[in-house]
Amino acid sequence: MMTIALYATIAMVTLAALLNVYRLIKGPDAPDRVLALDTLYVNAIALIILLSITLGTRMYLESALLLAVMGFVGTVAMAKYLKRGSVIE
Amino acid sequence: MLDRLSFPQPWLSLILFTTWQFLSEGISGASVVMGLLLAWLIPQITRGFWPERPAFIKPWRMPMYLLILLWDIVVASFSVARLILSPRKPRPVFVSYPLQVEHPLAISILASTISLTPGTVSADVSDDQKLLLIHTLDAEDDQSVIDAIHNRYEKPLLEMFR
Amino acid sequence: MSTFVEYAISALLVIGGAFTLIGAIGLARLPDFFTRLHGPTKATTLGVGAIMLSSVVYFSSAGHGIGISEILITVFLLMTAPVSANMLAKAAMHMGVKPMENTRGNPWEQ
Repeated sequence: MMTIALYATIAMVTLAALLNVYRLIKGPDAPDRVLALDTLYVNAIALIILLSITLGTRMYLESALLLAVMGFVGTVAMAKYLKRGSVIE
Repeated sequence: MLDRLSFPQPWLSLILFTTWQFLSEGISGASVVMGLLLAWLIPQITRGFWPERPAFIKPWRMPMYLLILLWDIVVASFSVARLILSPRKPRPVFVSYPLQVEHPLAISILASTISLTPGTVSADVSDDQKLLLIHTLDAEDDQSVIDAIHNRYEKPLLEMFR
Repeated sequence: MSTFVEYAISALLVIGGAFTLIGAIGLARLPDFFTRLHGPTKATTLGVGAIMLSSVVYFSSAGHGIGISEILITVFLLMTAPVSANMLAKAAMHMGVKPMENTRGNPWEQ
């Protein structure tokens, strides 16, 4: 029961990541691409959590935490670059 | 020298210290020392970025507000999901929301709340902090959006902040 | 692990996966940038939150104790999603990204 749900969820999140990649390639503007990257890192966090449930270990949660912090910093830096033309003024 | 050792923002220091205890595997002497160091260092470094001391009047109302917000996020996601999956085109509106809260922290809490709740994303605050630009995914008219936000979220914030 | 806990974990997982997928569908098929902003900020955040909650239930029922890092990740995502949405909306308005044609009202630029 849980294994089926787990694999179904992994399939759904992977499909979601593929849709994000479609938006990342298609664009049409730079903010769309940044938004796609932002959603992609959130999906990557979900996939890491699912992986750690599948393997039954909590080791990978640290990397999910790191990804959450770094992804946010990256999105903010890119949004600021688009708005101001530089990240650190 | 001694005044350098103070904690300019006790609440921020407390949050940083507890978060560090959670992050490290089990509370030990090392994690307590490191947590104290970080709780002292980070407020000192970021001192210039904090405008003034936040003026909470009724902080005990915050948990209730957060619970309502959490419930609304769940409801919001269902309504947005229905909109995304339905074939008809959305009717987006840009609404200028007249702000009544004045404290910067209250404005940023309100803006975050709006972004997380039904079909609205806060896009910008005007320079004089009187107007908030909100993008609504699907709305009949502007006034109902403004009234809903005012009654549900701004009133409790007005009571909490000076 | 009791049957009830197993059903609860499965339900949370499927709900989380469905919301993540719906957020991505919104990102892929909504017509303009400002409407696309809505999918990821709400649906995806809630989806990842539900998956995180299922992970907390799973590991605590397997006897690993309550997972603090999952809760920290969820709180962090809930705090950062509106901020990044706001920054991206500002950047888009600055770059003059056109909203779809039946949008009422105008984005102002200062």
